[in-house]
Amino acid sequence: MSVLIYAENAGGTFKKSIFEAVSYAKAIADQNNTNLVAISIGDVSAGELASLGKYGAQKVLNVSGDKLKNFVNQAYAAVIAEAAKKEGADIVILSNTFSGRGLAPRLGVKLEAGVADGAVALPEQNGGKFTVKKTAFSGKAFAIVELTSANKVIALVPNSYKVVETGGSAQVEDFSVVTKESDFKATIKEIVRSANKVSLPDAEIVVSAGRGLKGPENWGMIEELASLLGAATACSKPVSDAGWRPHSEHVGQTGIAVSPNLYIAIGISGAIQHLAGISSSKVIVVINKDPEAPFFKVADYGIVGDAFEVVPQLIAAVKEYKASA
Amino acid sequence: MKILVCISNVPDTTTKITFTDNNTQFNTSGVQFILNPYDEIALSRAIELTDGDKGTVTVINVGEVNTEATIRKALAIGATDAVRINAKPHDAWYVAYQIAAYIKANPVDLILTGRESIDYNGSKVAGMLGELLDLPSVSIIKKLDAGDNEATVEREIEGGKETLTIPYPFVAGAAEGVAEPKIPNMRGIMSARTKPLTVVEPVEVKTFSEIISYETLAPRGQVKLVDAGDTAKLVELLHTEARVI
Repeated sequence: MSVLIYAENAGGTFKKSIFEAVSYAKAIADQNNTNLVAISIGDVSAGELASLGKYGAQKVLNVSGDKLKNFVNQAYAAVIAEAAKKEGADIVILSNTFSGRGLAPRLGVKLEAGVADGAVALPEQNGGKFTVKKTAFSGKAFAIVELTSANKVIALVPNSYKVVETGGSAQVEDFSVVTKESDFKATIKEIVRSANKVSLPDAEIVVSAGRGLKGPENWGMIEELASLLGAATACSKPVSDAGWRPHSEHVGQTGIAVSPNLYIAIGISGAIQHLAGISSSKVIVVINKDPEAPFFKVADYGIVGDAFEVVPQLIAAVKEYKASA
Repeated sequence: MKILVCISNVPDTTTKITFTDNNTQFNTSGVQFILNPYDEIALSRAIELTDGDKGTVTVINVGEVNTEATIRKALAIGATDAVRINAKPHDAWYVAYQIAAYIKANPVDLILTGRESIDYNGSKVAGMLGELLDLPSVSIIKKLDAGDNEATVEREIEGGKETLTIPYPFVAGAAEGVAEPKIPNMRGIMSARTKPLTVVEPVEVKTFSEIISYETLAPRGQVKLVDAGDTAKLVELLHTEARVI
């Protein structure tokens, strides 16, 4: 028995969401008095692989080679399932990233495992019952799911578990798997990563704006504020529907659900569908000129005022704070 | 081209979510059910791809008889025919297993789902179908262009995007960007009444997960209002009190 964590890399390095998932997996391994093994697939340096030890991985399986350099859902699932079998892992942890969400269901079938996607807390294990709290109804509620199978797959939502440094070190081993040609039918043609842009799903701070901004030409101040705070930019559905911002920035029930430490909503009224996508944010700041905007009811801090006056002032205040810090 | 679109029946996006029986049952009283918005996108793209006699679009749903209004909506939007597997959708694995059994007997060129259902948000049926049928799967796509033997899809990755080509058949979960949702017209609504809707009985399968209970969101405290002229105060509160910057 052991716990296996898939440490997904983004262009050769691990992001914070992976350290969270490793820390989470370590806590589950401790719950069960067992070992934590990590698996990495692709081109990752030895130093980066060993760094997973800091968060509790005792062993890191390194799968490299040209064929597996980039994410192919079917092939990666086969490799991770193989590693789980070889290591005798009955619990497999993933980060609930775009790729993680593709892997979890395939692993569930391969390992005949119940899958808890969207997990937001450590499992509870009482009297032989293994339950996991997960997001449901697009952020409007949580469901407690019991996994009744011997094997289990859990995908952890970014920003829902703290990174814990245990200070250990990991032994890195090369791991090779015989892959099936038919697992490589999908061919990657292009990968585009915006280097200087914070990715929205796992961002710690999100600056989001709505129709109150009046037009796409006014997003300069939103981007400036986001860049000062190291935040990702987001928007409401009407804004992406109007084509002012890309769909990938749409946060809400039918867009992306986020759980940052800080969500700043500017000129967004707070329709129930929007609130669903941001309800697990730790701190919510609302800037809106309408004091009756429903968003104020779920906000921690609010400013009633015109975005075109408040945001430039806020930018100046953040600059001043950063200069003095 | 034969396209199968998997659809689910979900509470309307404006629904206030509440529970009954000591938080063990979703309270459906007064709730309007709709075609899952992402499935609507998948269906709309399927109809575009087969427009002008270029193929057929079958919608499939695992559900009891009460989902038929949603299935008729899909037919009104433009699906050719529909299949309902007559069972309660216990979990994603159960649903995927039923649909995979149907596909094994009725092969198709392309299988589309929505990126997730807006009730349980699992994003699992597409991947499970892929695994059960030994086909490639892409869980969340933003774009789908169909060629003769393969399709080009775009999927989102954290902070970027990826373009892939995949030969048919494969499974993909549609998200915003794949198509504009189509609205049924009068002719569609009229013809939906007479389009074939086949009811199939489920196959036996063991399940691996069970929803035990639900929790509603913890209420937030009263909002702390800061004067519009005093943004420095807000920054200070975020730093010293909320400790998020």
